[in-house]
Amino acid sequence: MSKEPSRTIKVDVLARVEGEGALYVKLKGDRVQDVKLKIYEPPRFFEAFLRGRHFSEVPDIVARICGICPIAYQMSAVHAIERALGVGIDPAVRLLRRLFYCGEWIESHTLHVYMLHAPDFLGYPDAIAMARDHEEIIQRGLRLKKAGNRIVALMGGREIHPVSAAVGGFYKVPSKSALKELVDELKWALDASLATARWVSGFDFPDFEQDYECVSLSHPEEYPFNEGRIVSNRGLDIDASDYEENFTEQHVQHSNALHSVLRGRDSYMVGPMARFNLNFDKLPDVAQQAAHDCGLQVPCRNPFRSIVVRSIELVFACHEALRVIREYEPPSAPRAQTSARTSIGQAATEAPRGLLYHRYELDQDGLIASAKIVPPTSQNQKRIEEDLWHFVSQVATRPSEEITWKCEQAVRNYDPCISCATHFLRLHVERG
Amino acid sequence: MSLRIIGCGNFDRGDDAAGLLVARRLRALGVETPGVQIPGIENLSVEIMEHSGECFSLMDCWTGIEQVILVDATAPHGTPGQIRVWNAHADRLTEDVFPCSTHAFGVREAVNWGRVMNRLPPTLLIYGIEGNRFLLGAPPSLEVERAVDSVAERIMTWFRTHCSKLHKDFRERFSVDLGGS
Repeated sequence: MSKEPSRTIKVDVLARVEGEGALYVKLKGDRVQDVKLKIYEPPRFFEAFLRGRHFSEVPDIVARICGICPIAYQMSAVHAIERALGVGIDPAVRLLRRLFYCGEWIESHTLHVYMLHAPDFLGYPDAIAMARDHEEIIQRGLRLKKAGNRIVALMGGREIHPVSAAVGGFYKVPSKSALKELVDELKWALDASLATARWVSGFDFPDFEQDYECVSLSHPEEYPFNEGRIVSNRGLDIDASDYEENFTEQHVQHSNALHSVLRGRDSYMVGPMARFNLNFDKLPDVAQQAAHDCGLQVPCRNPFRSIVVRSIELVFACHEALRVIREYEPPSAPRAQTSARTSIGQAATEAPRGLLYHRYELDQDGLIASAKIVPPTSQNQKRIEEDLWHFVSQVATRPSEEITWKCEQAVRNYDPCISCATHFLRLHVERG
Repeated sequence: MSLRIIGCGNFDRGDDAAGLLVARRLRALGVETPGVQIPGIENLSVEIMEHSGECFSLMDCWTGIEQVILVDATAPHGTPGQIRVWNAHADRLTEDVFPCSTHAFGVREAVNWGRVMNRLPPTLLIYGIEGNRFLLGAPPSLEVERAVDSVAERIMTWFRTHCSKLHKDFRERFSVDLGGS
């Protein structure tokens, strides 16, 4: 019997993640014996809640799943229902949906980069403590986030839980002049996002790389938001309608969020790093150049560098928002006509944290017979645990407090949104 | 002088509506004077806002305002409807009363950010109404409804006291008894 001492490291409530979860790590000597990412936020049963509701209500209901990425839920929902009903959308609506998504990415990525993840790299317990020494930087982050908020408020009617998305389009579309009012601030935001990328690229990154199967949407002409095939760096190339044939969800005892795996394979990664690795060539020149200037390799395999990748996506989102505003001509009607029929539709879009899959089955009256929602965090959850298995091995000789700090940082690489996945975090390291 | 009363919360989550209900009660009492300039009291402007309580937009809400009264529901501790008042410059808002949201920074973080970044208004009073139930779709509890009335009355009293030297029209509007003036 081994006489090596055991250690258990627990984080009972993971801070600076969206939602409620805990982390448990068991060490025997310096060897990892167990890692569990425990999501104990209760299941929220949104899929059951949707049954019997009319399809037109779905975008507003699913927006309530998440206060950070409501637009992602709305977009996956409207696309899935539009596919079910055979609804085509106006090209101008398509453009506006990209702009809407730009706003959410700017809000969400800025919040994560500045307020949630940067303190880990700079040695602060939280962003408020960081602000005492880096006020100017935090002020930049606040203004950048606000630029995203302005897009969301204009497009969605309000900043939180927007209400304008509809099956077929929007309940109300903005005028050209209203969009043009955003231009000056977005030009500033583009410069600020480039400064953000330069700032975070100077952080000290742990020497840690993994061989990920990256999964994201891929579109032939553009960095993905709403459309594209689901692809991976290991040959996956499917339509969203084939998602459930290729991916499955597994219940694990220690978590209220299901673990997604690729059938016949294993865990995979979704989110900014996966998108970046699979779609680098679709980024605009300004974002590609920024990535090169920041020293990012393609593919990027160090999850701690995801903060740099997020910043590059900020550059993209600001640049894309400006492009959309330049090209926008209002549609002839804010939304296409829809009529109910018995049908099934699936869609996946790119939430800030990664691929978000929705499927809806409708009856002849347009009522939801069944719904399935697979959020990015549940897809990443198994991969997060695997990162921790390998990463804790690298830092196992360090004091428990340092392991705890590093593990939380490693979890935050994924910007997990636990409330979406419960459908997040406390750390417990046990040395035994 | 500018005064902004901010009621925070969510109408769809039971007692979380407390701050919003106080805002509506005060608005119904006619407290709001948006854009009205009242001679003799340095152009008093009173505005009532309803707000989700999200940290960063909340900071924007009080930027440039001299006096702010904020009302929000607080976490349950067995005394539903209990009213507590904090001076944001002097008192500490604790996590057990203003717990972390799973999805956004809230009132406590806004006050802490505001302190660090010198973005607190000169006066920021926070009224907290202890909640009991925060279920989706639930109505507010009776205890919280009573506390809403009480907080609205307290703010009106504060208002009357602070407005005791106001212009005649203003006094009449709020039936301010100035003892023979």
